[in-house]
Amino acid sequence: MLKHRIIPCVLLKNWQLVKSVQFGSFRTIGHPTTTVRVYNARNVDELIVLDIDASLNDEPINIEVITDMANECFMPLTIGGGIKTIDDVYSVLNAGADKIAVNSKALTSPSFLNEVATIFGAQCVVASIDIKKIDGQYRVYNKKFGVLDMDPVELAQEYAHQGAGEILLTSVDHEGTAQGYDLELLTLFRDKLPIPIIINGGMGTPTHGTDALACGADALAAAYIFHFTQYTPRMIKEELMQHRYPVRLS
Amino acid sequence: MNTLSDNIVIIDYKMGNLRSVQKAFEHIGTKAVISNDPEVIQNASKLVLPGVGAFKDAMHNLSSLGLIDLLNDEVIRKKKYFLGICLGMQLIASKSYEFGETKGLGWIDAEIVRFDFSAHEHPLKIPHVGWNSASYVNPSPLFEHIPDNSDFYFVHSYFFQGDKRYVSSTTDYGIDFISSVHKENIFATQFHPEKSQTHGLQIIKNFVDLKSDAVC
Repeated sequence: MLKHRIIPCVLLKNWQLVKSVQFGSFRTIGHPTTTVRVYNARNVDELIVLDIDASLNDEPINIEVITDMANECFMPLTIGGGIKTIDDVYSVLNAGADKIAVNSKALTSPSFLNEVATIFGAQCVVASIDIKKIDGQYRVYNKKFGVLDMDPVELAQEYAHQGAGEILLTSVDHEGTAQGYDLELLTLFRDKLPIPIIINGGMGTPTHGTDALACGADALAAAYIFHFTQYTPRMIKEELMQHRYPVRLS
Repeated sequence: MNTLSDNIVIIDYKMGNLRSVQKAFEHIGTKAVISNDPEVIQNASKLVLPGVGAFKDAMHNLSSLGLIDLLNDEVIRKKKYFLGICLGMQLIASKSYEFGETKGLGWIDAEIVRFDFSAHEHPLKIPHVGWNSASYVNPSPLFEHIPDNSDFYFVHSYFFQGDKRYVSSTTDYGIDFISSVHKENIFATQFHPEKSQTHGLQIIKNFVDLKSDAVC
């Protein structure tokens, strides 16, 4: 039976891994390779690293750091941030990543996902959507472009149609708050996508994980809980298992 | 045990991430070379065919690099140990239905077909991505020291359907599909051992530990 995945999702900034709160106020959580080594030892299911400098400031992707991290990683590694061309995808995958996450580039040209999926396969394409609630309505948000008048569900459907293999949904309002995932948002997405949904933003206790799975999430991404609480990935999985959600414990 | 004479070659046919496979070999202390040079492949004692992407492109690349006859010669005639991973497992089937019908290497009588959950009330998502357990069917040296039903990392939309005699494990995703096979010197897994943490690295180690005296 397929297990629900627990996926640390961390940000790369100035050669450090950082954790943000609602996309601002960054706190350093450690050196990239050391952090990856710890996660690898803790037997997490997967790892997502988003290079925020590359996407925001149009800086080149930090291939050196990605290579170092990949060398420590015997689990699937997703790299995002600043990926704009097929060449970028090549270099990130060659550095040892297994999947790429695309956000800004897909907003301006969704067919880029199709191009990547055709060459490298849908399995390596994670379409990332940041979402903010504005006047009671969920809208697509982007660090560079701000709030966009786009419906996130429709956008995700378009991405799936273009060949994305997974969708990473991040709630900007919940991110870094440890107050729980945005369950209302998840409910909107329920049964709307043919591909897996990774929910991100807000996990502060293992119970938040069971809440999100009950609302239709396939996988749980988180960072705060691993760095600022005593909960371990294993404790989260044990909680999920008690609620009869299949997880990988060994 | 890995001996100096053991010479593992990861076949480079421009389909996806070979470095992560090489890294897994390095992690257990074994050197593996990435190459598509016929001479290097001929001198190998064991061959690994990883790969992600489309079946058709993969067969096209193998063919244009002149590797199809070479692989047949090395694996079928010379009986070199072979490990196919993910797409590399699918390629040893007779044919695939991904983007039309394409002929495969045909080492095991099998077809590669897409998951189809259209008849399900709650269709499962495709691709099948994440950790899922491998339930043993026939014993395989590849699974030595690994408990039955251990989890491995999968990511695929198509699966291997064919000759039941060579099935070493199945995995449940809506249906019980074949997640690994073993036929004589040929081993293949639909999952990614190189991405499957401890159990995956054990598979790599078990492959390295296969005695190659009978070979060449």
